[in-house]
Amino acid sequence: MNVKVLRPGLLTTVQDYGRHGMQRFGVPVGGAMDAWSFTIANHLVGNDAGAAALEITLVGPELEFERGMMVALCGGDLAATINNHPMPMDRPVWIDRGGRLAFSESMVGCRAYLAFGGGIDVALVMGSRSTYLRTGFGGLLGRALRAGDELPVAAVVSPPCAGLRRAPGIEQRGFAATTWSARTDSGRMRARPQTIRFVAARHWELLKPEARAAFLNENFRIGAASDRMGFRLEGIAIDNPDSGSVNSGAVTFGTIQLPPDGKPIVLMADRQTIGGYPRLGEVASADLRLLAQLRPGDSLMFERIALAEAQQRLHAQQTALAQQGASIKARLSQEKL
Amino acid sequence: MGDRALLLEIGSVADPETIARVRALAEYLDAQRLPGVQDLVPALCTIGVHYDPEQWQDERGKHSPYEMLVAQLQRILPDLSALQAAPGRLAEIPVCYEPEFGEDLETLAQARGLSVEQLVEIHSGAVYSVYMIGFAPGFAYLGPLDERVHAPRRATPRARVPAGSVAVANQYTGIYPSVLPGGWHLIGRTPLCLFDVQRQPPSLLVAGDRVRFIPISAEEFRKRDVD
Repeated sequence: MNVKVLRPGLLTTVQDYGRHGMQRFGVPVGGAMDAWSFTIANHLVGNDAGAAALEITLVGPELEFERGMMVALCGGDLAATINNHPMPMDRPVWIDRGGRLAFSESMVGCRAYLAFGGGIDVALVMGSRSTYLRTGFGGLLGRALRAGDELPVAAVVSPPCAGLRRAPGIEQRGFAATTWSARTDSGRMRARPQTIRFVAARHWELLKPEARAAFLNENFRIGAASDRMGFRLEGIAIDNPDSGSVNSGAVTFGTIQLPPDGKPIVLMADRQTIGGYPRLGEVASADLRLLAQLRPGDSLMFERIALAEAQQRLHAQQTALAQQGASIKARLSQEKL
Repeated sequence: MGDRALLLEIGSVADPETIARVRALAEYLDAQRLPGVQDLVPALCTIGVHYDPEQWQDERGKHSPYEMLVAQLQRILPDLSALQAAPGRLAEIPVCYEPEFGEDLETLAQARGLSVEQLVEIHSGAVYSVYMIGFAPGFAYLGPLDERVHAPRRATPRARVPAGSVAVANQYTGIYPSVLPGGWHLIGRTPLCLFDVQRQPPSLLVAGDRVRFIPISAEEFRKRDVD
């Protein structure tokens, strides 16, 4: 008895931190597009940070809980409800057996992470539970959720935050949430155009000054053909004088490529392991969570920063996440809500 | 390459010497087991090093993790010309070169002014190196491909290429490990499984291996095509 999928939503997949050590075999890393929100959701239900959760895209699923369990929802605001009541985000929520969790439309952002206490219990494939859609492995049968699916969730012997299950009003509503919530900086996520910091690669210097200026001044829009493999940017075409063949080489999450048509592509979680287009640079890893929340049509601008700054920002973000995680863990072990 | 990866450039042209050095260096680096290095991705002239910068923090706060890792690499990197790698394993890949299994076999032969037999002889007559695995899980880029068989990618790629398809494009030959979109010219098919998530390692071929294609009959193919 677990979680039944009544409606699958637009693209709902099981994700974790992805597969590491396998890129030399052509296996993409994959994993949560907004790993920051994903991590906080897991912290909030008392899971290990990398437990498998659902990545929900734009239009969310409708789920029925066949047993009571803890959940938490972080990331974009996709208008979640439980038993037709608005579902509070960024905090632990206990859902009683029979509860129905549904979504209507995206209010802010593109992707939300629904963590279940105990974690989604699908088989590890090459060390990860992430779904790789293109060749179809990992996650739930290597594909997005479908109506009728049963999502297995690992049992938790003593769920944290025991007080939630006895919270006032839970019998009528079928769920209860804490009054406290994790700070998630949703203001920064909402900015449009979003500012995305990047570290320039050597090829950046080969662009003419006008082309570099054009890239930095343009309000790019996320193109309709964008997906988990890469975001195609609409806007000005960037002139690439040195469009001779570039030797194919490794790429990473956030690599900004310049194909022959001049429309940049930003490689995302399910990118191929090797690319053949010139690389302008890489998005600062600390900003990937902001990029992952952009919907097709949303606008962004690039800001160049030095590598040292990018690494400082990443370190600060990871330190803050860990501190928040420790603080959440302490709250979860308390009785009061 | 951003704040969590760097690219080692071994040469600028993918000639046999550079390819051998890439392989030797990748093997050597792998053996060093540098902390926080999650992946080494060899390609034609480069090696991508994916690392966790948390493992390379400077306690004194003077250097970035990138600088710390580069300093360590500079300390341990050997003189490349002295680095020897064992010759890669030789894999023999059975291929059925029939139009039924390679939709472009006849058209490519004709376009290059060859008979099908000649094309097969040329393609199967060489021993190739695996330059890199990329594009898809287990997809090996093999070369050097005889110039007589060179052709640019198809103007219109196919949405679905059968798994096991042996293909050529430009100076490479390769094998599609699973059903994938593809723009290369399909000249045959192998019954072997190039990629299996349950296998360790999952990819049949790795960068640095050598490959020889062995022509087999359609009958032989059907016997061996277990999937």
